Formats: sequence, structure tokens, C-alpha cells
Amino acid sequence: MNGKPIVGSPADPAADPAADPAANPAVSASRRAGTRVLVPSGVLGLGFDRCALARGVALSPDIIAIDGGSTDSGPHYLGTATSKYSQAVIAGEWGELLDARHAAGVPLVIGSVGTCGTDNQVDALLDVTREWAERHGQPLRVATIRSEQQADALLARHADGAIQGLSASAASGEALRDALTHCTHIVALAGAEAFIEALATGADVVIAGRATDTALIAALPLARLGRDGAGARAAAAGAAAGAAWHAAKIAECGALCSTRPSSGVILVDIDREGFSVRALADQARCTPFTVSAHMLYENADPQVLVEPGGRLDVTAARYEAVDDATVRVTGSVWHDDSRYTLKLEGARPLGHQCSSLVLVREPRYVQRIEEWCALLELRIRRDIERHLKRDPDSVTLEIRRIGLDATLGALEFEHGTPVEVGILLIITAEQADTALDVARLANPWLLHLPLPDDEAMPSFAFPWSPAESVRGALHGFCLDHVVHIAHPTALLRIDSQDIGPR
Amino acid sequence: MRVDEITTRVRAKNAGPFRLTIDCFCADAADWRRLRAGLSAARVGEALGAAPDAVVRYELEALRVIKLSLPRPGVQGAIGDRDQHGAQWALVIGALELAAEER
Repeated sequence: MNGKPIVGSPADPAADPAADPAANPAVSASRRAGTRVLVPSGVLGLGFDRCALARGVALSPDIIAIDGGSTDSGPHYLGTATSKYSQAVIAGEWGELLDARHAAGVPLVIGSVGTCGTDNQVDALLDVTREWAERHGQPLRVATIRSEQQADALLARHADGAIQGLSASAASGEALRDALTHCTHIVALAGAEAFIEALATGADVVIAGRATDTALIAALPLARLGRDGAGARAAAAGAAAGAAWHAAKIAECGALCSTRPSSGVILVDIDREGFSVRALADQARCTPFTVSAHMLYENADPQVLVEPGGRLDVTAARYEAVDDATVRVTGSVWHDDSRYTLKLEGARPLGHQCSSLVLVREPRYVQRIEEWCALLELRIRRDIERHLKRDPDSVTLEIRRIGLDATLGALEFEHGTPVEVGILLIITAEQADTALDVARLANPWLLHLPLPDDEAMPSFAFPWSPAESVRGALHGFCLDHVVHIAHPTALLRIDSQDIGPR
Repeated sequence: MRVDEITTRVRAKNAGPFRLTIDCFCADAADWRRLRAGLSAARVGEALGAAPDAVVRYELEALRVIKLSLPRPGVQGAIGDRDQHGAQWALVIGALELAAEER
């Protein structure tokens, strides 16, 4: 496989398999009319059913594809360019997938590496891959797609009017300039064309930064339709591209589209008329309901999925059971957009946080906990002014009452007297030492604050020492925008290298 | 009758950091029609602090689902966000009383 492209180079006119199937050995060598994609799990790090993965490898997939991230765990990861999963787990699972790739003799593709998909996360997984290659004595060609963005370049595009908000509340004008300037990290979500270009290098492994969840699955079937590189968009309309994108959307969360979501492993067969999706774990089944219902999941619009360069419309899709584990889907359509856009994600610092937790079990205080919390806030604010010589409004104090309404706040609709209440104090300040000072001056109040008509010094329960926890820098998502670009890979950096023994 | 009395499941989830989507699953066509008649976009918006015209409602008969998508009540992870994944807001919608038969 090494060095022999599974798809042709975009510059190579013979790469269009529709024009001349024999021109591309990897494509024409396929034993099936369609493309078989093995998806081991919804995300690297979450685990997968090993028997099901082995079953998938035995079914001779054309490619193994897995997602590596999401915004769903919050802004901390992009703000700090870190991964939410244990590196040991990532290295272990990635090693197993490299083993599976080797056994199947096909490319392994990952997108949105390390939760946030920043460039350093691409490098980290490249290091893991290099160690595997050295340890196993296997040469590998690895293509990387880097999608992290520099503020300066985006500010220039903003000045040209090329950045567009996706909602009424998205920043514009000077506020957008400010957001772009203050982000610690910005990523663009790569589309399928980037993966097509990476696969065309003959890569055994593609490691991509932030990308759409679907792009890495849709890429190979789209490439085989002749949708490669700059010529992709004009030709990409219609049912065949619709099948590829819809299959990708259904499979991107692994077995979440089946009756056994935790088993991970899903197989999709994609052809020009539609696709089939099959769960591979024991007792896991895909049914027309589990598959069609997956379009709802984490998707604001259940019928239209917006992707770089176009949109998938599944309004007319038909779902039919083939057997107990397999569903066949036809009728979805892809529409090209007139302009190509990449979605942006960015996170900026919002201050520094400390938190403290105290447990109140004394019934006299549980019954009057609202009064106690109001008094607590007054005391802390007074001390910020008195001891720190600061405006109390310069510090954000949140007092959440676990057991009463900590989850829903003002939206809580059930009320009663709990056995105990956990008081979670969250302090956000511009400076880290201010947040810690406030947490420390709040400590005696959390431990001993009396109600006015009660004993002088009650004591409540701190679950640990020190009572306060330093949460560090707080980051916030601040971009809900797309950037218009002239070419699908314009803002992306695609490279390949040979690693392991020569 | 409450929404959670006529559904098999109400699921809320982030649709990205800025939007929330809520899926109400019904067991049969009769329940689905009753839910469709009794749960408007405006009521969901009011319950979660979104303007009525900012809530998009989808009637998915084949799935027996009413789906509602709206601006998230606060950006995910911002100061004051209580639920990073937005899942527990489903309970607020589940507790809503269905409106009278006409929409």
C-alpha cells in the first residue's frame, strides 16, 4: 500500500475512476462496486468491541475511519490545546487501530485529533504513530492535515468581508476583530477535499486536525466518484454524493446508530444509489428506526446537514431493513453551495477560577439554606471590598445549591426540603491570585457562617483540605462563523512523510 | 397532561456550543399527534428563555418525534453555564403541560 495512492492525485486526469476505472489500480482492484468503510468507534479514546473490530477487518474494508474530537466537552480543550482523554488510552487504542490497518492493508484515517484538533495534537498522534512504526518495524506513509489558524490571517480575511456569522448573536465588526485577536487557539473544520488530497499522497495513515466528523468518512467514496480536489464541487451534486455524506453522518458516532451504542464498531457500504449500514458487535442491530433517528442526534436540523461546500438533504431518504443487523438507505441528495466555506472554532480566556464545596447537613440550616446563601454572598462581597480593596462587582461569585437547584437554576420546577445541601462556590476573576484570595477569604464563612439568631459558630463539612480548588484559566467559545475560501484546502496545510524503517 | 406523560423519552443535547436541540419521542401516532398539537415552539422558547421566532420546530411523523432547536440558554462553558452538555434541560420540557388541542 505504501506509496501507491488509493485515490489518484487531483492533478492526474486519469484519476477519475468514472472516466476510466482501470486507470487507478487501487480503485479498480476493489472487489465491490462500492466503498466499504469500517468505523471502529464514535471517537478515539472511548473504546470499542475488539471482536467486532476483528470481524470488520475480516470483511475487507477499503478504509478504516475514526473521529478524534468534538466541541462537546467544552471550551477548555480548544482554549488550552489539550485532549480530554488519557494519553495512555489514546496510544493503546491507536496502536490497536494501526494493527487493524496493517491486517486489512488499507488506510487508517482520523480527524479532529486530541479533542480540539489543534496542530500540537496532530504532532502528538504522529509521535505515537512513529513509535508504533519503529516498534513493529513497519514503514508507513503518513499524511497530516493541519487546520489551526493564525489570528492575523483571519483578521485580513475579516477585513475583506470573508468571515460570516452563523447566527444573530455571532460577533461582527469590531467585536469579531476583538474575538479573533484574543483567541488562544482557532481551528477551521476541514472538509472532504482535504482528506481526498491526503489519501492521494498514497498515505497509509492520515492524521487530521479539526475536521467535520463526516468528512473523513465521506472522502474515499467521494473520491471514487471522481470528486477530487478542485474539480470536486461542480460534479458533486446528486444522489451519489448524497449517499456518501449521509452514510458518513450515520456512521460518525460509531454504533450510536445501533441498538448497542457502546459496542462502537459500524460498517458502511456506499455505492452510487445509496448505502448499507451494519452493526458488527454481538447482539448489536441497526434498524430503520435506530438509523433514521440518528439524524436527530446533536443536529439542529434533522433533514439538512451543512458541510464545507454544500449540504446534505435527507428529506426523501428511505430506510429499509436488509436483515436483523443491516439497514439500506437510499434517496438522500447532496447540493453544492455557490461558495465554499470552512467553519471556524475559537476559544478565548475569560478569567481565572477557583471553587469551594461545603456540605450543610444540619437541618436548621438546610431549612433556611436560601437565607444562609444570601448572607454568605453579602459577607464575601464585604470582605472583597474591605480586605482586597476591590470592587466586588469585578469578581463573579456563583453560589450553586446542590440538592436544591444546582443543575437547572431558576428553571428548577420541583421544590422540597432535601436531607443535605452542597454549596458550590465558584469564583471567576480576571487575575488568578484574586480568584484564590477570594476563595481563601470565603473559607471561614463557608465553614462557620451563623444565621443571625443561631449559635455563634456552627461548623459545616468541608469534604477536603484545602477547601478551595484552583480551576485555572477559564476559556469561552467565541466564534460561530464560517470563512469563505477560494479553494477547499486554501487554509489547510497538507503534508506527507515516510516513517519507520526504510 | 405533561409532555413526559405522552412521550417515551425527551432528549436534550448541544448542537454545537451555541445551540440546543430537544427530541421528544412518542410511542404511537396518536400520542405524536397530541404532542404536535400541544407543544408549540413558543412554549418551548418561553420555558428556556428563547424568543419564539428563534425556536425551530420539526414534525417528524415517520419517527414519531417532535424536535425543537433553539439558541442555547447561555453559551456552553461560559460563566454561569450549569450543564456543559445541555442534557438536563430535557426535564424542563418534559414537565411542561400540553396546551389545549388547538395549536
